[in-house]
Amino acid sequence: MSVLVFAEISDGKFKKATFEAVSYGRQIADMLGSKVVAIAIGNVSDASALGEYGAHVVKTINTSDSFTADAYAAAVNASANEVSASTVIISNTYTGKSLAPRLAQLMGASLATNVVSLPDTSNGFQVKRSVFSGKAFAFVNLQRDKKVIAITPNSFEIKSFGETAVIEAASTNLGSTGLTIDAVNKVIGKIPLTEAEVVVSGGRGMKGPENWHMIEALATALGAATACSKPVSDMEWRPHSEHVGQTGITIKPNLYIAIGISGAIQHLAGVSSSKVIVAINKDPEAPFFKAADYGIVGDAFEILPQLIAAAKN
Amino acid sequence: MKILACISVVPDTTTKITFTENNTQFNTAGVQYILNPYDELAVTRGLEIAEANGGTLTIVHVGKVEAEPVIRKALSMGANEAIRIDADPTDAQYVAEEIAKIAVGYNLILTGRESIDYNGGVVCGMLGSLLGIPSINVVTRIDYADGKFSFDRDIDGGRESISCVGPCVASAQKDLCEPRIPNMRGIMAARTKPLQVLAPQAAANYTNYACYELPVAKTGVRLIDASEAGKLIDILRNEAKVI
Repeated sequence: MSVLVFAEISDGKFKKATFEAVSYGRQIADMLGSKVVAIAIGNVSDASALGEYGAHVVKTINTSDSFTADAYAAAVNASANEVSASTVIISNTYTGKSLAPRLAQLMGASLATNVVSLPDTSNGFQVKRSVFSGKAFAFVNLQRDKKVIAITPNSFEIKSFGETAVIEAASTNLGSTGLTIDAVNKVIGKIPLTEAEVVVSGGRGMKGPENWHMIEALATALGAATACSKPVSDMEWRPHSEHVGQTGITIKPNLYIAIGISGAIQHLAGVSSSKVIVAINKDPEAPFFKAADYGIVGDAFEILPQLIAAAKN
Repeated sequence: MKILACISVVPDTTTKITFTENNTQFNTAGVQYILNPYDELAVTRGLEIAEANGGTLTIVHVGKVEAEPVIRKALSMGANEAIRIDADPTDAQYVAEEIAKIAVGYNLILTGRESIDYNGGVVCGMLGSLLGIPSINVVTRIDYADGKFSFDRDIDGGRESISCVGPCVASAQKDLCEPRIPNMRGIMAARTKPLQVLAPQAAANYTNYACYELPVAKTGVRLIDASEAGKLIDILRNEAKVI
């Protein structure tokens, strides 16, 4: 019996979200009295690093093939069988979200995505997941013997166990896919929005795309990712991939700074799980102030230069 | 070419979410239901591809009779026919298994990226696995040329271009297209388009929802004077310790 963790690799390195998933898997394994096995598919330089965060064994499948849900799901399922894993942990990234449902089908497993708690095994197997795009949480029972759990990035602490993992080649290879990857365009070095710890976000109050350099300057000074509200992406001031909210991306950073965003219910849904929220708006009646921890009432164009200067300091 | 678009019916985006029965049931009182915004994109792009290639678009929904006005809306956008599987689904597994039973024979199956109520985003992948065909999540472009479907999809930190001959299943993300607004002719025509009601075939439930909870409300905002905005950074660094 073991807990299997899908150890996602990006640009030859494990992601921060992978370490979170490994630590999460370790805590479940400790509850169940079993081992943690991580499965790393791709090329990664230091697979043993996962031991530090809780993996006992790292199985590797060396390949230069890009991620495809069908081929990866088959390989992870084969690994789960190989190590008799009844529970598989995945981080709920774009890759994880593609993988999880196919894997759950192959395993005949109960599946929960957007999970934000450790399981409660006092009466069955229950996890908490966010629903209604962040407006609520649900407690869901996973009824099958096998489980696939996709955890929300930035929801769990990375724990240090100070151990070294055993590295083994998996006995399965990555099989074929029905898809052809024609091109991959990755912005190297940019923090994916869902995994960013700090997010600086602009709304209509920024008045136009020409003013976004100020949002970017603050983000750079804070090591943050940039985001925007729905009207901003609808007007094409910023790409849709930056739109956070109910019909955009739901995020959960440690710090969310909203500048010139009024705080409509649909926007708040996507960001309300952030640990600390700062609202900057010239309208003191903006609903965002009710959902924020810190606020500044005033003109963004006067406040931003002060923030940038202080952040650089 | 035969295209199938799977739709969900969800509470309107402005809905204030509350629960009843000791937090075990979603409170549907006064809730307006809409076609899931991502599914609207799936239907629209499905129609554009069907129309450009002399194909048809079928709508499928797993749900009770209350969903029919929303199904008619999808028909009024231009879909040829609809199937409603008459069941009250409790999880994505159930929905995927029921749809899989009628989804054989389509060249392209489309879903939304996720429903905006339960946010699972898993029916696309489940269908792919159940039908033994490729699945492509969160697509921002779908084209059909030379007997092949091609897609762009969001990946972590970028975008990827993928192609396949089909059949395949893909989930619609923003950027895919502008949702089509039904015109009066479409609305009139939708009234008489075929809407077939099928009995469910006893699909499995793998999960169940025990209860719900609302996020803890913020206790109150601490305001910082605009003339001393720089102080905010100091507070975030040394008090909140988030930067």
